[in-house]
Amino acid sequence: MDEIVEKVIAGDVRTVARLIRDIDDGMPGVRGVLKALYPHTGNAYVVGVTGSPGVGKSTLVDQMVAHLRKRGKTVGVLAVDPTSPFSGGAILGDRVRMQRHSMDSGVFIRSLATRGHFGGLTQSTRSAVDVLDAMGKDYILVETVGVGQDEVDVMKTAHTTVITLVPGMGDDIQAIKAGILEVGDIFVINKADREGVDRTVNDLQMMLEMDRRGGDRDGWKPPILETRAVFDVGIDELLDQICEHANFLTGRFGALGFRRNEAHVRGELQELVKNRLVEKVLDRLLSTGAFDRAVKAVVDGETDPYSACDSLLLQEESG
Amino acid sequence: MKKQRKVRIMVAKPGLDGHDRGARIIARAYRDAGYEVVYTGLHQSPEEIVEAAVQEDVDMIGLSSLAGAHRYLFPRVVELLKEKGADDIVVCGGGIIPDEDIAFLKKAGIKEVFTPGSSLDEIVGWVEENIKAR
Repeated sequence: MDEIVEKVIAGDVRTVARLIRDIDDGMPGVRGVLKALYPHTGNAYVVGVTGSPGVGKSTLVDQMVAHLRKRGKTVGVLAVDPTSPFSGGAILGDRVRMQRHSMDSGVFIRSLATRGHFGGLTQSTRSAVDVLDAMGKDYILVETVGVGQDEVDVMKTAHTTVITLVPGMGDDIQAIKAGILEVGDIFVINKADREGVDRTVNDLQMMLEMDRRGGDRDGWKPPILETRAVFDVGIDELLDQICEHANFLTGRFGALGFRRNEAHVRGELQELVKNRLVEKVLDRLLSTGAFDRAVKAVVDGETDPYSACDSLLLQEESG
Repeated sequence: MKKQRKVRIMVAKPGLDGHDRGARIIARAYRDAGYEVVYTGLHQSPEEIVEAAVQEDVDMIGLSSLAGAHRYLFPRVVELLKEKGADDIVVCGGGIIPDEDIAFLKKAGIKEVFTPGSSLDEIVGWVEENIKAR
């Protein structure tokens, strides 16, 4: 295990790739490695890029990588695509837009499938971010699956969350709905050469002003930027704003302590405990056959799902 | 409970061949069979393909070529995988490949070649039989 840890810190691509896969597949032994790597995390700056399908997230991320490299930074990218609920498979196609970076040793790109996880990310994303952090990447860009209005997982993982939209995406009312619009630190209107840009900017501005904190996220006023990612327009401004936000956070939380602040750690720990408990209990119930028996009992009409659940958990507690 | 690993496959088009409909259909078939498919798009060099395959930790690379450069491109991918110490990644090929080239390709390390007329069942079935998560 020490070898794995050493290799990750040294930036060995194969080891990192294999580790992320082990995390994704939930292999035993992964926890030990993550524990050992944790002290080596906390250096990378994490940017979440989210938005509806088709707004140009991958293209934007690709350009951000190019510009960050020009600024002398190393970059890790996690690109998430949805798992088919029918087959359990997935087409991970975000990488297509970023392939020009595959030969750059300063860039590590990894595609992840949601595997039934909601929220826009995967169950493995947070840990994968830690691995890329320990690997030494200066920036980690996390591209969520194309989200609508509800999926806000990214906010818990990233320092800066960039919400990407395109002009004319629905009327004023859309802008006021809760969800991703509430968690954006920076708003980007991509494909800004399209009709309706000014209207969209106005809608957003109005929404931000109507927000109970008056568009003021504890002192940070989310900027609205216009980009044309495919034509490499507006990317420098975006990166500059991300740096501005980083300065703001450092001022508030001190030296990127964001990921170690109480609210953040509480959320992380809760999720870890939850997942572990479910895994343990469910595994036991499945392996003893108790779960299958309960299913059969409900199907045969002997009992209802709620009573079945009660009895299963009672067995757990006494067994 | 024994952990089930997901099989990860890369579908790649090396070289200058710009016809990707076949590759996309295969990618979708693999997805429908429950695999995670990393699709890398057109005009990839063998170097780019191998680098991506390592980063993505795939079990298999499916190479598609309809433009006749398979005799160079396919073995080159196998060679590069070996150089990187990643030759446990299986390489398959498909597309417009004359029957007389199949023996040559297999000798160069391509595990299986699927020529026009191979059914999706065959192609997916082969993966089911031969590819396990590493």
